[in-house]
Amino acid sequence: MNAGVGARNARQRRGGDVRDTIREFAEQHRSTSIIVAMAVIAAVLPVLAAVPPFSLFQPHNAWVDGFANAGTYVLLAVGLNIVVGLAGLLDLGYAAFFAFGAYAYAYGASPFSHNDLPFLPLLLVGAAVAATFGVILGAPTLRLRGDYLAIVTFGFGEIVPIVFLNAEQYTNGTNGIGGVYQPTIPLLDRLPDSFQFSFTNPWPFYVLMIFILTIVMIFAYRLQDSRLGRAWMAIREDELAAASSGVNTVTTKLLAFALGASTAGLAGVFNAAKLTVVSPDQFLFAVSFTVLAMIVLGGMGNIWGVAVGAFVISTIQQTLLKQLDIVFHQLGIPILKDVNFLSYQFLLYGVALVLMMLLRPEGLFPSGRRRRELHSAEDSAGEALVVDPAAPTGGLV
Amino acid sequence: MASAAGATARGASAAATATASAPGLVLRASKVTKRFGGSVAVREVDFEIPDGAIVSLIGPNGAGKTTFFNVIAGLMEPTAGFVEFRGRRMIARPVRAFLEPIVWFIPPALVALIGVILAAGGATPEELALVILVAIIAVGAMFLAAIVRPRWYNAILHSVGVFRSARPNDMVVAGVGRTFQNIRLFPNMTATENVLVGMHTKLKSTPVDAFFSTRRQRREEVESLERVRTFLDLVGLPGRGPELAKNLPYGDQRRLELARALASQPVLLLLDEPTAEMNPRETSEMTALISRLRSELGLSILLIEHDMRVVMEISDRITVLDHGDRIAEGTPDVVRRDPKVIEAYLGTPPAEAAPSGTPAAGTPAAGPAGSPPA
Repeated sequence: MNAGVGARNARQRRGGDVRDTIREFAEQHRSTSIIVAMAVIAAVLPVLAAVPPFSLFQPHNAWVDGFANAGTYVLLAVGLNIVVGLAGLLDLGYAAFFAFGAYAYAYGASPFSHNDLPFLPLLLVGAAVAATFGVILGAPTLRLRGDYLAIVTFGFGEIVPIVFLNAEQYTNGTNGIGGVYQPTIPLLDRLPDSFQFSFTNPWPFYVLMIFILTIVMIFAYRLQDSRLGRAWMAIREDELAAASSGVNTVTTKLLAFALGASTAGLAGVFNAAKLTVVSPDQFLFAVSFTVLAMIVLGGMGNIWGVAVGAFVISTIQQTLLKQLDIVFHQLGIPILKDVNFLSYQFLLYGVALVLMMLLRPEGLFPSGRRRRELHSAEDSAGEALVVDPAAPTGGLV
Repeated sequence: MASAAGATARGASAAATATASAPGLVLRASKVTKRFGGSVAVREVDFEIPDGAIVSLIGPNGAGKTTFFNVIAGLMEPTAGFVEFRGRRMIARPVRAFLEPIVWFIPPALVALIGVILAAGGATPEELALVILVAIIAVGAMFLAAIVRPRWYNAILHSVGVFRSARPNDMVVAGVGRTFQNIRLFPNMTATENVLVGMHTKLKSTPVDAFFSTRRQRREEVESLERVRTFLDLVGLPGRGPELAKNLPYGDQRRLELARALASQPVLLLLDEPTAEMNPRETSEMTALISRLRSELGLSILLIEHDMRVVMEISDRITVLDHGDRIAEGTPDVVRRDPKVIEAYLGTPPAEAAPSGTPAAGTPAAGPAGSPPA
């Protein structure tokens, strides 16, 4: 029996060691591990969609299409996480930056504007345009905090779609800009049809989204662990103390707005290129709210957490709820077949948020402390980490 | 360390005016007045901190100590008077502020001028529209510069004689570190991260470095973690780096705040009641630490303190404020015997107020340690 216990302990220890090793590797080679993780996810998701019960819901291509759309929301969530999760600036108008990215692409590549510029540079242009408007929103709101900031950003988020709606001469008003060109990527053109972006072939969008997400997440992690990321957190924790520690709160906040917005700009360009239509009703408050709900549910401040939260919610919203209607209707289950689940999505959000606040206010995947920094700082003092509270508090005298 | 900090210390924002001030002064405040509506928190206070000295600011609650402190730290603009740091005027009422909006419109005006010349030369409407667009962008850029205040912008303002007070972060860059009366750490960050934020002005890597994880970024991160350890060791928190600031015991939070202030490698350290709510042993440790900072790092220190034993023990000079007025200034011995101080501040007969006795006897009746802000 002793031996059995010993063996179990050893096994547990070994399991722990493996996990520790993986964690340590992930923390020391953050970018590599993100690339590996995204590659694994990219490979697993389509396989998952091909097996029951998921395969029963909808055809395989529709799943892949849904994943690409969910990727847009993941991108938005990772960007908003910089503004809200790291810098603590509550932004309720985030969809506005999404809109700027989308319209930037629509101007760059659509029959409406008679332009046909290549996709990849426009991706950067969309991000830059959104970042500029991020600064324009950020500059007048620098002195605001909390509720006041939320109200101003909310107003900004309302103004932007209305401007796009009413500036008909330039944006085609309610109808929006249609027939936006789908992406063309140099070199890729020469490959067979199955590699081309089209309505019937979601795969290139899926792969492109994985690429964008990988890069954005690597950048987000690097920023978070940098001088700027610490300054953001310091402002979130105590703005006055941050300023008195030498943090230039003005530039730091503007950078948070600009970088958060630029991520939304990327998402906007991608979304416009995928849907081939850009109209003001795609950027209403519901989008801002949904993304905010995603990062709250996912675990504010943790990049992987908000990414997973955004993916799960947008998949539920765009795929499962829609299909539930059909499934229940086909099965003919008495009451359920008459329920329109899609129209209840905000009810579900509400319930999920209330439950979350009551049961797990930190989110599904809260941000762990960043051990990497600490490990390298405390290598030699490793044993002192477990501090005896009874021990003297210092060796001053 | 102090000299290194001095070499790099630059008045980043304030259009610092070098004025001839007495040598050997790290800080000079002249006739500083701060009014809040009808009430005067600080009235025409002159104040000097000699190089390498420990100067205390004492006074009953509500005497204006913390207000004065905040003025020095760049948190508040004085109603009148000015503050010079190392011979440069850092804080005062703005001078010729009306010129600033004029400066904003110089670049767009130049662009417009080019537009007029082009129009005279027969430019097309499209070209003129482009000129207008560039002019709008120029206005936007100057507005942004006015908010961000980059160095070139300050240089322009300085050259036309505009003066604006330094902001708190500018004071840190110039070499002033501070702590707060009620501890203001970053509670959900670790001790290490708190000190790293304190080091903010000493780190050079930009967001672009972070994006591409350049060699400079990586080297700087490793080096700064090394330095964090020395700072934590210095204040007596060895090995506590990974703990969240909010989980540290009270006395350690004070030490951590001190470490954060030291991490900016200041020339002058402003300590707002560093021993508030500490027990006698912690108090004596903190006192010893403060003396050591002066002797080992060569820092000048301004101290607000209620514990008379601490004040009398380590101060070189003491300034006494009461109702916003400076009522006494001098060495501890002089201040201790000053009848005005005894009357206004201690409020007890001189025999009982002798600070050489027990801590209880030395603590002024009017202002118990740790009471609300002065």
